Formats: sequence, C-alpha cells, structure tokens
Amino acid sequence: MANHEHSAAADHGHDHKPHGFWNRWLTTTNHKDIGTLYLVFSGTMFFIGGSFAMLIRLELFKPGLQFLDPALFNTMTTMHALVMIFGAVMPGFVGLANWMIPMQIGAPDMALPRMNNFSFWILPFAFTLLLSTLFVPGGGPAGGWTMYPPLTLQTGDALPLMIFAIHLMGASSILGAINVIVTIMNMRAPGMTLLRMPLFVWTWLITAYLLIAAMPVLAGAVTMMLTDHYFGTSFFNAAGGGDPVMFQHIFWFFGHPEVYIMILPAFGIVSEIIPSFSGKPLFGYDAMVYATASIAFLSFIVWAHHMFTVGMPLSSELFFMLSTMLISIPTGVKVFNWATTMWRGSVSFEPPMLWAIAFLFMFSIGGFSGLMLAIAPADFQYQDTYFVVAHFHYVLVPGAIFAIMGAVYYWLPKWTGHMYNMKLAKWHFWLSTIFVNVLFFPQHFLGLAGMPRRIPDYATQFADWNMVSSIGGFCFGLSQFLFPILIWQCAHGGVKATAKVWDKPRGLEWQLPSPAPYHSWIEAPSAAMLDHGVPDHGAGLDH
Amino acid sequence: MSETHAHASTDKYYLPHNSPWPILGSVALFTMMLGGVLYLNEWAGGWAILPGLALLATMFFCWFGTVIGENQHGVYNNQVDRSFRMGMIWFIFSEVMFFAAFFGALFYARNFSVPWEGGEGVKVINKLVLWKNFNPAWPSNGPAHVGGRADGSFNVIPAFSLPALNTAILLTSGLTVTLAHHALRHSKRGALTFWLALTFLLGFTFVGLQAHEYGEAYREMGLKLSTGIYGSTFFMLTGFHGAHVTIGAIMLMIIWFRVLRGHFTPNHHFAFEAVAWYWHFVDVVWLGLFIFVYWL
Amino acid sequence: MTNKHPRMFAAAVSAAVLMLAAAPKADAAWTLNMTPGISAMSREIYSLHMLMFWWCVAIAIVVFGFMIYSMVRFRKSKGAVADEHFLHSNRIEIIWTIIPVLILISMAVPAARVLVQTEDPVATELTIHVTGYQWKWGYEYGDTGVKILSTLDRASNRARQLDSGIDPTTVPNYLLDVDHPLIVPAGEKVRVLITGQDVIHSWWVPALAIKKDAIPGFINEAWFDIDPDKTGTYRGQCAELCGRDHGFMPIVIEVRSKDDFNQWLAQQQQALKAPAAPAAAAPAATTGN
Ligand code: HEA
Ligand code: HEA
Ligand code: CUA
Ligand SMILES: [Cu+2]
Repeated sequence: MANHEHSAAADHGHDHKPHGFWNRWLTTTNHKDIGTLYLVFSGTMFFIGGSFAMLIRLELFKPGLQFLDPALFNTMTTMHALVMIFGAVMPGFVGLANWMIPMQIGAPDMALPRMNNFSFWILPFAFTLLLSTLFVPGGGPAGGWTMYPPLTLQTGDALPLMIFAIHLMGASSILGAINVIVTIMNMRAPGMTLLRMPLFVWTWLITAYLLIAAMPVLAGAVTMMLTDHYFGTSFFNAAGGGDPVMFQHIFWFFGHPEVYIMILPAFGIVSEIIPSFSGKPLFGYDAMVYATASIAFLSFIVWAHHMFTVGMPLSSELFFMLSTMLISIPTGVKVFNWATTMWRGSVSFEPPMLWAIAFLFMFSIGGFSGLMLAIAPADFQYQDTYFVVAHFHYVLVPGAIFAIMGAVYYWLPKWTGHMYNMKLAKWHFWLSTIFVNVLFFPQHFLGLAGMPRRIPDYATQFADWNMVSSIGGFCFGLSQFLFPILIWQCAHGGVKATAKVWDKPRGLEWQLPSPAPYHSWIEAPSAAMLDHGVPDHGAGLDH
Repeated sequence: MSETHAHASTDKYYLPHNSPWPILGSVALFTMMLGGVLYLNEWAGGWAILPGLALLATMFFCWFGTVIGENQHGVYNNQVDRSFRMGMIWFIFSEVMFFAAFFGALFYARNFSVPWEGGEGVKVINKLVLWKNFNPAWPSNGPAHVGGRADGSFNVIPAFSLPALNTAILLTSGLTVTLAHHALRHSKRGALTFWLALTFLLGFTFVGLQAHEYGEAYREMGLKLSTGIYGSTFFMLTGFHGAHVTIGAIMLMIIWFRVLRGHFTPNHHFAFEAVAWYWHFVDVVWLGLFIFVYWL
Repeated sequence: MTNKHPRMFAAAVSAAVLMLAAAPKADAAWTLNMTPGISAMSREIYSLHMLMFWWCVAIAIVVFGFMIYSMVRFRKSKGAVADEHFLHSNRIEIIWTIIPVLILISMAVPAARVLVQTEDPVATELTIHVTGYQWKWGYEYGDTGVKILSTLDRASNRARQLDSGIDPTTVPNYLLDVDHPLIVPAGEKVRVLITGQDVIHSWWVPALAIKKDAIPGFINEAWFDIDPDKTGTYRGQCAELCGRDHGFMPIVIEVRSKDDFNQWLAQQQQALKAPAAPAAAAPAATTGN
C-alpha cells in the first residue's frame, strides 16, 4: 500500500528527537512532546483531584463527622472540582488536540509551536499556586468551585492564590485555543476542506472559540472579586449598589460554555471511534457539524439555568428555561447519528469502542437529568441537591473522562507503536463502568430525597445510599490504577502496531507509521491519501 | 525524500526548534503572581511584584528579539505570516471579551441591581423593607452611599470636558497610525517615522490626561475606586483601558525604533500591523467608555 | 496482574450486598423519590417532576433500545458487513429533529404554567420575614414584632462535632431539628420575604417545594398555602453553601390549624406587650409550646 512506503520513508527521513530532559521537555516546540506533557499532567491532576474526591466520599461514608472538619471538607469539594475541571479534563483534551490535530489535518506541527510550549508550562505553575492554598493560614478556598461572593470574600490568605491561579489557567487556555484555531484555519493540507475535516478537529475548532470567548469573562469575574476584597470596590456589595447575584451572572456566562468546553471534544472523540468500529463512516457528517455549532451558540444564552432560585424576574426564568431545553435537540441529533452509524454496520467491541458505547448510554442519562433540571419549577426542588451532583458527574465522568479514556485506548498504539494489553484494558473498562454507576446513580435518589450538596454530614435517612455511593467511589478509584499500569506497559513494549492499528480506521493519522514520526506531515499528504483518509459523503438514502 | 512529492510546496512552513523563552515566561508569570500574593497578604511590600515584571519584560524582549531576528533572515513564508495575523486577531478578541465582562457589570448595575434596590418594578419590596428612601438614580454609590466624600456624596466627570478632549486625541492617533501605515506601504520612510512618533506621543498624552483626571476625581470630586458601584465600574473600566493604552503606546514606540533601524518592507510588516490593530482596539474600547461611562 | 481483580471485584460486590442487607433504618431509609409535599403547588411541581421523569424513561427506552438492537444485530462477530453507503438521509434527520421538538413543547407548556403560578404572591394574608445568618435562621411575623431565632438543636449539635463518639442514629432527627421551629398556619396563603444577613443562604422546605436564595441586600418573595389537613412538622435545610456550618442550619416548620396558629400568635404578642424586662426574652423561650 502506498501509505506504507510513505511511512517507511517518513520514518527514516526525519525522526531526530532532541535529547536530554531540558531540551526534550522544557524547551520543546514539538506538538507530540507537548501533547504528551499535557496528557501526563492531566493524568496526574486526575489522581490528585480524585484523591480529594476519595476524602469526600470517605467523610460521607456514614453520618457523623469522622475525618474532616467542615471547613476542610468544603475546601476538598472546592479543590476537587477546580483540579478536575481545569487540571484533568481541559488539559486532557488539549493534549489530545496537540497530538492529533496536526496528524489529522496533514500539518507538520501546530501553527505557533513556541506559544504551544508556553500554554503548557503555565499550567504546572498555576496549579502550584492553587494547591499551595491547602497550606496557607486560614485554610484553602472553601466557597465551592463557583466561588460565589460574599462567602468566597471571607476566604483568608488563600484568596489571591486561588484567583491568580485561575488567571494563569485562563491565560493558558486562551493561548492554547488561539493555537488550535490558527492551526486548523491555516495549516490544513491542500484538499482538506473544512467539511472534510474529522469531527474531532471540528469539535475542537468550535471548543477553541468557546474558550477564547468564555475564559476572559471568568478572568474578569475573579478580578472583580479581588478588587472587592482588597481595593474596596462594590461590584458584589449591595450597600454600594452592586449585587452578589451579579457575580453569578458573570460566572455562569463563563460557566455554562465551560461545561460544553468539557463535552464537545468528547463528542468529537466518540464521533471518531464509533465509525472506526462500525466499519462505516460517520452517519450524517454535516448534521453532526451543524449540531455542534448550534450547541456552542446556545451555550451562551442559557447560563441562568444555574440560578433559578436567586429570584430572577419571571420573564428571565421563562427565557432561560426554554433556551436550555432547546439544547437537547442538537444534542439529540448527535446521539441519534451515533446510534445510526452502528446501524447496518459491522460492529466490533475493541476497548475504544467499549468506552464510546458506555459514553453513549451514560452521557444520555446525564443529559436526561439535565433536561429535568432545566424545568425551572422542578429545579426549585433539585437545585443544590445531590440530584445535580449526579447529573453533572454523569456527563463529566462517564462523559468527558470516559471519552478521554476511549481516545487514549484508540490512539495509544499510534503514539507508542505497540498494542496494549487488551485483557487489562477490558478489566479497566468493565470495573470503571460498573462502579461509576454504583458511585453516581444512588446520588439521584439522595438528591430527590432531599440531601443538599456541599455538606460534610447528613441526616440518617441518607446513610444507606451514601454508603453505597462511597463504596462505588472507592472501587472506581482503585480501578483507575490499571490505567497508568497499562499505559506504562504499552510505552515500554508489546506487540508491534501496524500503521492502521484497527481494521477500518478513517483519517490521515492512520496513514502515518506507528509510532508516528516526530514531525507529522513534513510532506503534505497526497490527494489519494486524503480520499482514503476522510469519508466521501457518498450516496445516502435519498439518492 | 521531500522532492519525491512534487505537489507539496517546496517553501516549507518554518518550525522553530527548542526555545527557552516560553518556560522563562511561565517562571516570570509565576514570580509575578507570587509577588502579588505576598503584597496583597501584606507579607511583603509592593516591590514584591517587580522581580516578576522584570523577568516578564526580559522574556518578551528575548522572545520577540528571536522572532524579529528570524523574520529578518526571511525564514517566514506567507503561511507563517498568516498564522501570526490570525493569532493576533483572536488574541485581541479575547481582550474584547475581558472588557465585555466589565461593561456587562456596568450594564447590570445600572439596569438591574441599583433600580431593584430602589424598588423598581417587581422588586418594590426591596425599597419597602430594606432600603427605605433610597433614590436609585444613576450615577449611584448605592443605598449606603459607600465611599465618596465624608457625607457619601460624589461628583462625576462631565463627558464634554477632558473626556471629550481625550476622545479627540485617541481618534486622531487612530488616524495618524493609519497615515503611518500608508506611508510605510508607499515606502515614504520620513512620513512613516513622523506619523508613528505622533501616534505614540498622542497616546502618552492621553495617559497623562487620564492620570490628571484621576487626581482631580480623588482630590475634589469624592470619586474613588471605593465610591460604590459607580466608582468601581468607572475606575476598573477606564483603568484597564488606560493600562492597555500605555502598553499599546510602548509597543508603538518599539515599532518606531525598529522603523529607525530600517525594519519592515512595504508589503511585509506584520508587527507594525499587529500593533496598529491593537491600537484601533483600544480606540474602539474608549468610544464605548466615552458613551456608556461618561456620556449616557 | 489480572487474576487479582476478580478478588477485588468480589470483595466490593459482597461489601455492597452487606450494606444493602444492613439496610432497615427508622426514618425513611432507601427513599428514592421527591416528596409530593403538603400544598397544591408542591403537588403541581411533583407531578411536573414525574412527567419529566417518565418522558426521559420513555425516550431512554426507545433510544437505548435502538442502540442495543443495532449493536447486537449488526455485530461483526456474527459476520455483519457494513453498508458503507448508508451515510445520511435528510428524511431521517428531519424526523428526529421534529419529534424531540414536539416532546419538548409538551414539556414546556405545563412547566411554564406552573412557573407562572409560583411567581404570584398576591392575596396573601400573613407575611413572614425570613433572614439567613451564619448559621441560623431568623423569623419575624409581619409587623407583629413576634420573632423566632432558630438554630440546630443541642443533641444534634453535640453529636455532629468531629469525633464526638455519639452515634448519630441514636439522635432523633439528627441534623434536622432546631430549638425553636417556625410556626405556620395551614389553609392560609402565607407570603415569605427572604433575605440574608452575611452571605447567601437558601431557604428550602421540600414539603412546600419552596427554595429561594437569601441574598444580602435584596429580598426574595415566595408563598405557600398548606392544605388544612396537613398539620404537623416538616423539615428542610439551608440549600446554598454558606460557610463551615452550612450543613448545620436546618429549617423546621410546625404547621398548625388556622385557629391554633392565630391563638399562638396572639399569645406571643401578649408576651411582648407584658412590661417586665424578662418578657423580652420570653417569646423565644415560649415558642414551640
Ligand atoms: C460536560 C458537562 C455538562 C453537560 C454536557 C451538561 C448538559 C446539560 N446540563 Fe448540566 N451541569 C453541568 C455540566 C454539564 N451539563 C455541571 C458541572 C453543573 C453543575 C454546576 C455546579 O452548580 O457546580 C450542571 C448543572 C446544570 C443545571 C443547574 C442545576 C442546578 O444547579 O439547579 C442545569 C439546569 O438546567 C443543567 C442542564 C443541562 C442540560 C439541559 C444539558 C443538556 O446539554 C443535555 C442534553 C442531552 C440530552 C437531553 C440527552 C441526549 C438527547 C437525546 C437522547 C435526544 C432526545 C431527548 C429529548 C427530546 C429530551 N445542568
Ligand atoms: C471533570 C470533573 C469531575 C470529575 C472527573 C469528578 C470525579 C469525581 N467526583 Fe466530583 N465534582 C465535580 C467535578 C468532577 N468530579 C464538580 C464540578 C463538583 C462540584 C464542586 C462544588 O460543589 O463546588 C464535584 C463535586 C463532587 C461531590 C460533591 C461534593 C459536595 O457537594 O460536597 C462528590 C461527592 O461524592 C464528588 C465525587 C466524585 C468522585 C468520587 C469522582 C471520581 O470519579 C474520581 C475517581 C478518580 C480517582 C479516585 C483518582 C484515581 C485514584 C486514586 C487517586 C487513588 C486513591 C483511591 C483510593 C484510595 C480508592 N464530586
Ligand atoms: Cu446557610 Cu447554607
Ligand atoms: Cu449549565
């Protein structure tokens, strides 16, 4: 096959990695090395944020306070969320973008390689600041990841540490997003038209726009918080004509797009995996692209669905209820297209596909509870209960996190050049899938039964489901140890992977050898490769 | 192997190799933030942020120095140039969104929080129970008359005094930078240096007048950062804008020095255009400020 | 490596089973669903919740059913060959856009109706001011001057201390009991005006389906009209993170018949009018009986 010859050539052509830690990792401008840095960082943060979650579940294992005093518990909740969102999920997706986007659009590297390195190396410093709050006098931030004033203004010396950490994370995401946009808009191989781009590239393009529109707004919100605390401004102080609720509006104007920032790339990943293991191209490619775009647009006009209980005027509550409900339509379109991709396919169940299928089911469950939350009057009962916690963990853990896992299982052989231990992979999948449900499903019941979120101790009628949830949590957590073990093995040996790795993968990345050469497409891929690589939107039913 | 694929352009996209500047930049930001924390928590004086700033300045100097050097050696093809342009445009867009947050706060305070405290519409109960006899007229420093003079009162800067003049100044500078650009395109170096110099001088004049205005606000008008929501929005908006003007003017100055060094060709001068775009951006933000903060 | 996971798995499962076995508890353990509550409004909201729930179940059955069917029917191991030309169909795309729209409309209409009702506090006879403090609730009956300060009861408070050694299950209504509950009348439309003193709290009584944030500097309105026959005690909790003891500022309302209530209120006002200094402290002390 043509692409194999190319592979050979490419292989021996240019594969000179710089040597030494400093050159290889600290000053690198290579999209693959930076992608690896991002992924390793993300994995580390997943374990740190997870340890916080384990402490939360430990304290909630039974009623009464056994381990954490209430303030520390709130700090754990806050840190858990900040670390998971800004440390685990977002960098995870950026790492995948770094590795895959240049390979998938036929580019030699990201458009702005030095800035790429900058975006990454801001992160470790940002999280040093954030995690150091655990050790400052007065304790870490305990106002929840939503940081509502006036409560968060009561934070001690930790406040500026947290705020500056968020500024840095914002800067990192914005620079990263700019790089993604420029790469996709300016570095595509000849013939790789927008509507031939793989969906992972599409969803990331749209995510990048969400990022540069949303992150600066968060920066503004926390800046106002800073000046309110240290320079006597009155943004969130009613006596001075401000309003604590104003923070919530600004925060959620960022916050809701943020949650789609955490799911759109996941949509992209699933849209890559399902076709590969259904043996046919994605169903309704164009519809998928437009659905993604409309989700992104809608995400900017629904923010106040997080604020149904703050006492907004009726008109606003109606508006935000209806606009929120609308989002289920494009999302539904995506779910249906994924399902129909399997229809009349030849479906096989390798590990990546298992994660993608689990995503399909459990993300939808999370979506359904989301839709219930969108119903303002019902949300009066759900708001700030464990029903909400169950909702967002279903979309975030078996949603975002499972998608990242699936992506790693899908592309790992392409990265390392080895197949991984399939048996271990399936163990990791099944344990995670079983226990993630043991962990989060009972939280629906707890919420409906009236258990508020963000409490370190609870009334005895919530004891049983909490214990089940905690057991699920511990088992889920322990199962996650299989992941680094598997990756380590795969990186250090195993069956040699072919260039295509899977039976019928589509996309340019599969025409590079495994492991992919250090510089992806020094030569733009040939037209033939493109045709083979990207789905031709051939005859559908109507033709 | 490259020649084997005829269709691929031989003029390659320039990929820089290892660079120490990004990591230096991260260290600089970290040091600066740490300094800020030390200062705000009164663990150290204001000087604490200086080391970070110094590092940051060094980083920019070295990084841009490298880029300029590469550019002078002509390693950048048009595609690279396009990357830089797109990058700059989207960076400016993110800045726009940052200002949007503060304009949003102003809008919310004027149209919602202050009127609601005054019992407007469905929120009449606030006036009846909490803030009796509060008149929610804008400008306002809230029902408790936070900040301001001893008696809680304060004045605002009339739009058609200094602010109007500042508007004129910035708009003119927007014009002069365009003239400079024309001069550059038609390789009239003399005109270029003149108009460019005029541009950043106008910029610095603007900043000077703003500083003067702040002084008066603090001394005579009881208008301070702490003067309720009006003072907050006024100083944060104009303050961030002033900071951007300062940065913009400094960048224009650097471009000016590069012009003196003979940099830039009539059809290859991304840095000049980037700074010009940035300048127009601060210009537009100011128009927003003049209309919504000073005038209406 | 792999052979140690069955053990871990088994351990976990058996543990879970044990938990389930060790279930039965005094108070509503294993509760699965929302309370229908004690007012017409709370029942409206409950049925809205159930409507949404059943819609989601129905959709899930259809969508998941379709996914499972395609996975089983078209699995490679059974030699299914992919139909690579089945790539898009405007007809199908349109159908599965329209149907969800219709479903959403059928949800939005009742939702909007109920929402409008919740926002209409007119024709209320009694007004109660609710104020959230870190970490207790203050209540005041209109302008009668009758006040109640409501904090976590002693037993719970002792048991909830870190390593108190007291088994919470031995404490009646652990964390859901207060020293002085809020007394409210049944069969009367009551308006609550909610605000916060220090930070944002949220006044939530599930039985009334009322949750409104208590925001410093602003007042939020809500109203309820409890069924005449639903006298008794109902419990809720603060529903907005408000600092270290957010979990320990419960809300307890004691619903009394209209007459008992008015009698009680009059008695409280008497106590206030009574000159003697100690009387000032009296109301708080005497509330509840
Ligand atoms: C990945 C992140 C993610 C995603 C994708 C979503 C998706 C959605 N979310 Fe979620 N949400 C969060 C993360 C996310 N959310 C987080 C973190 C919070 C809590 C923040 C905090 O307070 O800490 C939250 C909170 C939250 C609230 C506030 C709850 C409260 O505090 O009171 C609401 C209310 O409307 C809501 C709604 C929705 C809706 C309608 C969707 C929709 O996008 C879902 C659409 C999907 C489906 C509907 C399923 C698939 C569709 C079909 C199968 C088609 C057929 C279906 C129909 C026709 C109905 N979410
Ligand atoms: C992407 C985001 C993300 C992810 C992945 C998770 C993952 C998990 N979350 Fe997270 N969570 C949030 C985002 C996320 N969460 C947010 C936004 C909130 C709201 C915060 C707020 O209210 O402000 C929240 C709040 C939240 C709560 C409510 C806290 C409260 O209201 O007080 C709980 C409670 O159970 C919880 C549990 C868990 C658990 C058990 C996991 C598990 O999936 C974690 C599993 C991973 C590991 C366990 C790590 C790997 C293993 C180890 C580190 C070894 C140690 C393990 C053992 C000793 C067994 N989370
Ligand atoms: Cu008061 Cu939470
Ligand atoms: Cu949302």
